[in-house]
Amino acid sequence: MSPAATLPLPLVLAASLAWLGALLAVAAWAEKRAAAGRSVVASSTVYALSLAVYCTAWTYFGSVGRAAAGGPAFLAIYLGPTLAMGLSWLVLRKIVRIAREQRLTSIADFIASRHGHSRALAALVSLVALVGVVPYVALQLKAIAHGVVMLAGVQVSEGLIAAVAALLLAAFTIAFGTRQIDARERHEGLVAAVAAEAVFKLLAFVAVGVFVCWGLFDGPGDIAARVAADAGLAARLMPAGGASGFDFAGWTALLLLAGLSVLLLPRQFQVAVVENVDERHIRRASWLFPAYLLAINLFVLPIAWGGLLLLGPQADADSFVLALPLQAGLPALALLAYLGGLSAATGMVVVEAIAVGTMVSNDLVLPALLRRGAGAGLAARLLLVRRAAIVALLALGWLYLQLAGESRSLVSIGLVSFAAVAQFAPALLLGLYWQGGTKAGALAGLAAGAVLWAWLLLGPALAGSGGVPLAEGLFWSLGANLVLYVGVSLWKPPQGAEAAQALRFVGALEPGAAERVFWRGRVRPGTPAALAALLERVLGPGRGAALATAGEAPATPQQLQQAEALLAGAVGAATARALVATAAEAEPLGAADVLRLADEAGALHQRNQQLESLDRLKDDFMSSVTHELRTPLTSIRALGELMRDAPDMPAAQRQRFVGIVVDESERLSRLVNQVLDLAKIESGNAEWQPERLDAVPLLARAVRATDGLFRSRGAEVRIESPPAAPPVHADADRLLQVLINLLANAARFVPAGQGRVVLALAVRAGKLTIEVSDNGPGVPEADQAHVFEKFRQGGDTRQRSGGTGLGLPISRRIVEHFGGRLWLRSRPGEGATFGIELPLAEPARAQQGTQPGTQPGDDRDPADPRQETTP
Amino acid sequence: MTTHTVLIADDEPNILVSLEFLMQREGHHVLLARDGDEALALWRTHRPALLLLDVMMPGKTGFEVCQAVRADDAGAQTKILLLTAKGRDTDVAQGLGVGADGYMTKPFSTQELAARVRELLAT
Repeated sequence: MSPAATLPLPLVLAASLAWLGALLAVAAWAEKRAAAGRSVVASSTVYALSLAVYCTAWTYFGSVGRAAAGGPAFLAIYLGPTLAMGLSWLVLRKIVRIAREQRLTSIADFIASRHGHSRALAALVSLVALVGVVPYVALQLKAIAHGVVMLAGVQVSEGLIAAVAALLLAAFTIAFGTRQIDARERHEGLVAAVAAEAVFKLLAFVAVGVFVCWGLFDGPGDIAARVAADAGLAARLMPAGGASGFDFAGWTALLLLAGLSVLLLPRQFQVAVVENVDERHIRRASWLFPAYLLAINLFVLPIAWGGLLLLGPQADADSFVLALPLQAGLPALALLAYLGGLSAATGMVVVEAIAVGTMVSNDLVLPALLRRGAGAGLAARLLLVRRAAIVALLALGWLYLQLAGESRSLVSIGLVSFAAVAQFAPALLLGLYWQGGTKAGALAGLAAGAVLWAWLLLGPALAGSGGVPLAEGLFWSLGANLVLYVGVSLWKPPQGAEAAQALRFVGALEPGAAERVFWRGRVRPGTPAALAALLERVLGPGRGAALATAGEAPATPQQLQQAEALLAGAVGAATARALVATAAEAEPLGAADVLRLADEAGALHQRNQQLESLDRLKDDFMSSVTHELRTPLTSIRALGELMRDAPDMPAAQRQRFVGIVVDESERLSRLVNQVLDLAKIESGNAEWQPERLDAVPLLARAVRATDGLFRSRGAEVRIESPPAAPPVHADADRLLQVLINLLANAARFVPAGQGRVVLALAVRAGKLTIEVSDNGPGVPEADQAHVFEKFRQGGDTRQRSGGTGLGLPISRRIVEHFGGRLWLRSRPGEGATFGIELPLAEPARAQQGTQPGTQPGDDRDPADPRQETTP
Repeated sequence: MTTHTVLIADDEPNILVSLEFLMQREGHHVLLARDGDEALALWRTHRPALLLLDVMMPGKTGFEVCQAVRADDAGAQTKILLLTAKGRDTDVAQGLGVGADGYMTKPFSTQELAARVRELLAT
């Protein structure tokens, strides 16, 4: 039967594009937030929702189809993941931990690393993943195309629409996921968009379900009653005999397939493992994701049964979600339902294509490029390869649709893909818990499983002849895979690198696992000599002696570990491991390993440089302190010796020398105190006693403390301040220390006999400002940036006697500790002004505008050097 | 004891006081400079026999003054003793590298310094 209402094709296309645009906007927003340090993917809810990329257009349209065909069997596809998520804290967390520690970015990477970084295995996994997900991609294209045709009621070929959709989705995926080459970088925007997409498709599907239940019928009970009343439908949907009609093998196969694919599908591995930012998120996902699955399946049966009742048992049940609203004359609801399906398809295609694209480029193309010696421009070429892989995947999906899609229902197409990725299960899951698995076993098992899958499942699906023997195909392919993985592994136990990786994977959740280094398994005879040679080469002559003793015996695990520890000190842990592995087994390093090593060496180098520069800073500081300590000591010692050697020195001369000795001793004590003070502040050990403080009385105290200094210079100090000021949050003694320091500085630089110093306090813009202005020579522009650095005393040396070069650095740190800032403005020849700006204490902020006593000059701009307080 | 002209350059006034007294006690005529440029100017006009140069001075450092003096034909015979509060090996090497005759670390013993000066002026 034909739909009762349709929508114009341009509207459908425009709505589709608008929805894709909205998803891109969500991604851009998330990335902007991430850049601002407020990541949205730091939420466990977003993580759980992103797992719902599991629900594709297949869920959206196909589960209704399956429910219409075979009763509640569709539930298996959602019970499987629910059971699997029940184990997620044990299994998924282990995978996430390993992937993070070993920086693994795809399921191919993971399986290959587990089996001794096997490149062949990585390539095979990538190939199976690529071929395996093609039917699944085809399914999404078919769903989109079918939806457009139904909604618009046009006679355009579905193939054409699918081709357009494939092109658009490819462009969309490239825009989303391949902007940077480093696969380790997480796609925050993508995850956010997938989570948003998950919410949208759920809402759209529930909207249709609610409409069917209560818009078209009188609730789910009414639907059930009407089905029961229809003899034909009741026989089909409600098999009376219970277990007698129950397809046990089919159910088990479905449960198993669905449970495995929630983890093994490349896109699921991507969102669940690669994009995981915090393994604690798994806890929430273990119930929230099953709850999501339950919610999206709640209305599957009502929609399926309602469709059968209203549209007839022969209608295409895969499109009930669209057909029912259209039939009821609600094209807007149909459009919403279509967009939900489009959303589900888009999420699947984008994440799957990014995941598979990364595998294809890293594990299939990169090794070939490296073999051909590609060096320069590799990154750009890899990016190109990754994009090409995405386009290829969608093109293959479209091609598959042309070959097989028309004749098959949505569910059986999807199950073929599930069965393909299920082949990863033995190597991945057994590899997590059984140390005995080997590279050869994994290769043999996966190859056999893939061949049987292609023969028993892909072939029939492509040929389109009758049903696909799912349970049978799965049994034989997965069974052969499992038997070969275990059998071959037992026949030839793991070698060194494989055994080491096996222990790292199997023991990943044990405490301290990250630090442990394992060496086990068979090692080539004569390796101690090779190790000794390696140590000599890297560390220098004589360093290999410890290992050079044994003759032709293979190295023991202890020797390997010892060699690695020795090397690690010199070249870093990662390189050390690779070097030892190479020497002990003569196994050439894979291209991926070499790249990884280069990466890690780069990071190490950077870290070393940081440490070196810190060291240099400390060294410079110590050298400066030494210099500053020795300078007053020089005068003290020299003058002391001179007086000792000249007992007949005139009294006036002696008096002058003694005066200098006393001054320099004081300078020395000041310096020692300030070095200690600065060290305490910088190490965070300083004691602070902050309080709500009126700074005004401090001004007079500071002037009193420096009175002698000013008098000796013949200088005059003036205080300009309101009688009281709103409180600041500060330590009175520390603030006084800063004021005294600034005043003492000013006293040293003003012209003798004509010095004018103004100490001014004001409140403006919610801040307390205290300025110390002098009429000295000012600070040359070139020196202004340096006056707050340690031991950078400004001005002429004649004026800085007594200064330590630490007063301003200490003052700045104190002011910054109170959340304020210390600044200088000066024009050479026009004096200098040092200013402190402190935030007002919290409750006082609200009434700052009404504070009494603010003076006319108080709104000066601290950055404007023309407005001096000095007369 | 022959009287020589000795130029003392240091940016610390109190060190100048002590060195001036010491050199006068040794019977020399003393010139004082507060920075490297002043020291170089005084050397050009007075041609002192010995320079006592502080390394860390504003303007020209002691190293730079030393280099400038050695670059001048007239400066080949001038005795130069560097004084520094930085006692690291690299500083010593740098000082001798620029052509100084000797290098003393602050704080110095006045008797040792006097002995070094006597030694330098005797050759």
